[in-house]
Amino acid sequence: MNTILKINQLTKKFGLLTAVNNISFTIEKGNIYGILGPNGSGKSTTLGMVLNVVNKTSGDFQWFNGEQSIHQALKKVGAIIEHPNFYPYMTAKQNLNLVCKIKNVTNAKIEEKLELVGLLDRKDSNFSSFSLGMKQRLAIASALLNDPEILILDEPTNGLDPQGIHQIREIIRKIAATGTTILLASHLLDEVEKVCSHVIIIRKGVMLYSGKVDEMNASHGYVEMQAQKNALLIEVLKNHEWFENITIDKETGLTKAILTQPIEAEKLNQMLFEKGIILSHLVKRKESLEQQFLELTQQNA
Amino acid sequence: MLRLLHIEFHKLRYSKSTKILTIIYFLIPLSISLIASIDFNFIGINVRVADQGIFNFPYIWHFNTFLISFLKLFLAIVIVSMMSNEYTNRTLKQNLIDGLSKKEFILSKFYMILALSLASTVFVFILSLILGLFFSDFTEASIIFSDLEFILAYFIKLVGFFSFCMFLGVLVKRSAFALGFLFVWYIIEKIIYLILLFKIMGTEAGADKVMQFFPLEATANLIKQPFSRLNFIQTAASQLQTDFVIDYALHWYSIAIVIVWTAIFVWGSQALLKKRDL
Repeated sequence: MNTILKINQLTKKFGLLTAVNNISFTIEKGNIYGILGPNGSGKSTTLGMVLNVVNKTSGDFQWFNGEQSIHQALKKVGAIIEHPNFYPYMTAKQNLNLVCKIKNVTNAKIEEKLELVGLLDRKDSNFSSFSLGMKQRLAIASALLNDPEILILDEPTNGLDPQGIHQIREIIRKIAATGTTILLASHLLDEVEKVCSHVIIIRKGVMLYSGKVDEMNASHGYVEMQAQKNALLIEVLKNHEWFENITIDKETGLTKAILTQPIEAEKLNQMLFEKGIILSHLVKRKESLEQQFLELTQQNA
Repeated sequence: MLRLLHIEFHKLRYSKSTKILTIIYFLIPLSISLIASIDFNFIGINVRVADQGIFNFPYIWHFNTFLISFLKLFLAIVIVSMMSNEYTNRTLKQNLIDGLSKKEFILSKFYMILALSLASTVFVFILSLILGLFFSDFTEASIIFSDLEFILAYFIKLVGFFSFCMFLGVLVKRSAFALGFLFVWYIIEKIIYLILLFKIMGTEAGADKVMQFFPLEATANLIKQPFSRLNFIQTAASQLQTDFVIDYALHWYSIAIVIVWTAIFVWGSQALLKKRDL
């Protein structure tokens, strides 16, 4: 596979504070990566360093195997960091024209990209008249002008209303469907969970995990059950090798058991039925990214 | 180079304030020269400014470049805001992310300074040439094209001054503060001059010698005030038995000092930009 970005032991110190501490990961073509971490964990600083706006303290990174200088490489990258930054007195189209000049590409794709983000009818409005959601969509259009090898989005839905968030997600999904590599930084777990195949978790500048989303936790998931003979159910679960950590959820009253091996729900139901337990509720679940994330960050607290 | 100039021009052409300031900048000299060429009927006596000898070749080169260079403040506002707006709009960050290098960014600004200075110089040259051809008492080519070093001095002066503005824009990041700083710096130079004059050197010549190395004084030195060269003032002076001994000539070292400052400011802007996290 083609390596797009390789980060090696990257560190950034602001005075005494170490914002990013020895982070290393690699981005391969065709995947969708999420950088996950609470606010202030160093996501934006990391992106700022690879995008040439924040000076690194130590470590190094390479775009496209280091064949080109950083600013040449960045012409093949589309990126938005935090706020959409444009010239307020120019129209959407004029702003995009300028970006084309900077990236050294023709302006043939401006209308196409504005169409993609649903701003074609506002192309001649001044940027200053745009709502935050529209600004953010314009930023995405601008990042796509050069049909980038990788699209980097930093908190793309930050500060948007639900409709705006939905629109942005739809756009991201559309872009992902075209096979573009995406790096998405966010503190919103469900956002990353919905679109990303790989995840990098950062907390207080330290990288906790880097890999596939579904390999993040080696567990086989858990089951939620309910039966009339609840006491017997718990008794059986406790004595069976398939389960561990049996708890009763206070809110729902459901019995929850962590699976120790991959068991089909069917097989599980049959086993309990043979023991005389008839379930009125059975759900087999994988832990959500949110739970895994909390677990990971707590482990390392 | 053309690409960078294109980029910068694109940024400026849609800005209303830039357009207005630039138009004012070019309109004022035009209207003044128009007024100067009109006959005023003043208490029954015809007074025409143009007849006072100010538009004579080659004096006009000196006179016009000196006067019009005061208007550089209008363009200074344009330059300072074109730098600091990149900070306030955070477009500098986006420019870099989009693949402009920091060096290219500063160069694009500097090329724009060169372009604006060149435009202004050409404008002054043409305006003076036309005024001179209309009103000068001497129109022989050899006289017309003498003393043209003032045009060169004018260009260098603008480039030096605007580079200073650019540097302040990068340093202070806010246009209003940067312009304020420019003004404060002007006062500081005057204060230093006074200190030199009264406390350290004691003589005007000595103070001038040191002052020529300060950026604003250095740019001002390129074109000295032309009024004492005017005929009627010369006559008045000789009647009062005073002697003007002002060296109007353009010296190579004055040019060198300004060019060195220009280099320092451009390099300094780039160094500041490289050092900073955005």
